[in-house]
Amino acid sequence: MDLDALAGCLSSSACLVTQTTSGLIIGMLLFLVAVGLTLIFGVLKVVNFSHGAFYMFGAYFAMTAYQLTGSFALAMLAGAAGTAILGLIFERVFMSRVYGADVLMQLLVCYAFVLIFDDVVRIIWGPEFKAMGMPSAFQVMPLFIAGGVVPPYYLLLIGVALVAAIVLGIGLSRSRIGKVIRAAAHNPGMVSALGINTGLIYGGVFALGGMLAGLAGALAAPVRSLTPGMGFSVLIESFIVTVIGGMGSILGALIGALLLGLIRSFGSLGFPLFTEGLMYLFMVIVLVSKPTGLFGKEAA
Amino acid sequence: MTRTRTPGISRRSTLALMGAGAMTFAAPWVARAQAKTIKIGMPTILSGRVAQLGTSSRNAVMLEVEKVNAAGGLAGRQIEMVIRDSKGQPQEAARVARELVNTDGCELMIDAEASSGAFAVHEVARDLGVFCIHTNSETSALTADPKQHIPNAFRTARQGVHDSIVGGSYAAAIAKAKGLKKWATCSPDYAYGRDTTAEFTLYLKRFAPEVEIISESWPKLFQPDYTEVVTKILQAKPQALYSCLWGGDLTSYIDQANIYAMFGQMEVFAVNMADYTALTVVKNLPKGIHSGNRYIKTFPTTPENAAWGDAYKAKYNEYPTNWSWENATAIMLMAEASKKANSADGKKIAEALKGLTIKCPFGADGTVTMRGDDHTLVGYAIGWGTTIPQEPYVPEVKAGDWKTIFELEAEWKKSKGYT
Repeated sequence: MDLDALAGCLSSSACLVTQTTSGLIIGMLLFLVAVGLTLIFGVLKVVNFSHGAFYMFGAYFAMTAYQLTGSFALAMLAGAAGTAILGLIFERVFMSRVYGADVLMQLLVCYAFVLIFDDVVRIIWGPEFKAMGMPSAFQVMPLFIAGGVVPPYYLLLIGVALVAAIVLGIGLSRSRIGKVIRAAAHNPGMVSALGINTGLIYGGVFALGGMLAGLAGALAAPVRSLTPGMGFSVLIESFIVTVIGGMGSILGALIGALLLGLIRSFGSLGFPLFTEGLMYLFMVIVLVSKPTGLFGKEAA
Repeated sequence: MTRTRTPGISRRSTLALMGAGAMTFAAPWVARAQAKTIKIGMPTILSGRVAQLGTSSRNAVMLEVEKVNAAGGLAGRQIEMVIRDSKGQPQEAARVARELVNTDGCELMIDAEASSGAFAVHEVARDLGVFCIHTNSETSALTADPKQHIPNAFRTARQGVHDSIVGGSYAAAIAKAKGLKKWATCSPDYAYGRDTTAEFTLYLKRFAPEVEIISESWPKLFQPDYTEVVTKILQAKPQALYSCLWGGDLTSYIDQANIYAMFGQMEVFAVNMADYTALTVVKNLPKGIHSGNRYIKTFPTTPENAAWGDAYKAKYNEYPTNWSWENATAIMLMAEASKKANSADGKKIAEALKGLTIKCPFGADGTVTMRGDDHTLVGYAIGWGTTIPQEPYVPEVKAGDWKTIFELEAEWKKSKGYT
């Protein structure tokens, strides 16, 4: 425990800026993965344990597209679009067969695909780790804001994730499609009776969830090494986020992810040997005081 | 009345058969010792995060075995390698090792496991008495600790304490020349990371007593994101940083530290940087990172070493790793010991191997020696240098001095109670 370092940081604007942005970066990437997870659970009532694989595929798709075209924008597009298509196929062909089945069956299907997807990556891209490399446009000196260090690439990353959060929030609450999705989450039988194709909605939501995780993977690819199985550690943290924020709540995922990011960045200063433990401790405190999570709704 | 023998198997011959059977199961490699080919078992890691290293071990072994077989094999017997995946799990490594001897009839063993698995395989070698060379475990205690000593086991891997002595003295010289007093460390949070960092800082402070460690970070092994670690180090404002992160973790760390322009703000000493697995993967390798040599075809700067690196690349379309040279050395030593003993028998090879010096592309002076008293490799090329972003990646490596290594190693062994 090093509370002096933490107190010293909290009283210095340079340190506050650096650590807060560092927390935001960790949090926003985590949000993109966790929000897909929570969205799929909210509408489909399925806990998608294979969600980390979409993050992994997003990163690999982006790397390949970047190697082929040299365009960062196309790399991001390939990461997002590729995983959206993959999500749609996965939901229509496999997951749709286990709706309403035992939770254990859903878990087994998802886990089987975690292993299959990892092996597919191994076969296509090889077992060794890879790096995409930072696009030259972002190979610039970091910005110094109030003495704190902020890399420009991370500003872009936070911006993209924020836009995704806003579009998602407004889209679900204001647009017609958003309303249909929320209605399908609430009462799929009635929505179906009104002549709306619920299968299409389910597929679409899964594709959207996959796309968000894929986008997170694509955004992370320039700074994180790519390996088969890389989705696993992200998945665990995403589950912590959804449990803290409340399963099914988008705002909860955002707040949960940001809190976790800030706990990591400031925790590493004050509690260097207990940073991981702090995350779990926080989750336990939330669960004890509000078992449905910060923004979770009570079961009807 | 005369007793006549009933037809069939008598009690005496049954007992004799059972005895022979028991002997066969107890020491199967003895029973099969006369077979024409000789099987060498090799548990290694062929799946999971470090599969690349296991594969590079296998490649190096096959490259050398082909040469030995072309020259007539081990005392006239052609080598047949039996290579199995341990998935990096110690209990699986031990099970595979046992199976290789008892079921597959392997008479000799190459243990190409990382440290955790190597200690497990070592116990199997102790139990079965099979000849075994540990090729990848760098944990010093494996051969330094007399409790671990068995007559049939050897090590051709570099040793952690050798690396620390050379790294510590190299870093101390730079610390003194550039006035680097405030140091930070950032290493993976498991036995290798903790031990190696402790040994490095021990020798750094010994050679440069004014050095002070002002910040320590212990990220998890295989952690995807190091942002909070990078920013923590930036806050501490050290003049130099030591890290023994390796593989994908090291490349992630470099990419993430790069965008904070960390490498311009401090001298970085990353012992595992100068390995082709990391050097060829990092896209924007910063200039001037100090690193220990792992395998690099330009050090030692001999035509033999360059030719070996090129031959490997020509065959496998990638450069060798640190584990490659360690495994190749095991086959080279085994072949020479077998020639000296004029036998492929494990016990005779073990006897011949003690204190054996052979010509080797990876030797500091063109030779390496299997030290007789603790069965570990000495005299291999060991040094530190700084990186450049393209080949040859580490243009100049400052070689460590084996005389100093021996002196300090003896002192270290004494302090640990090993001698």
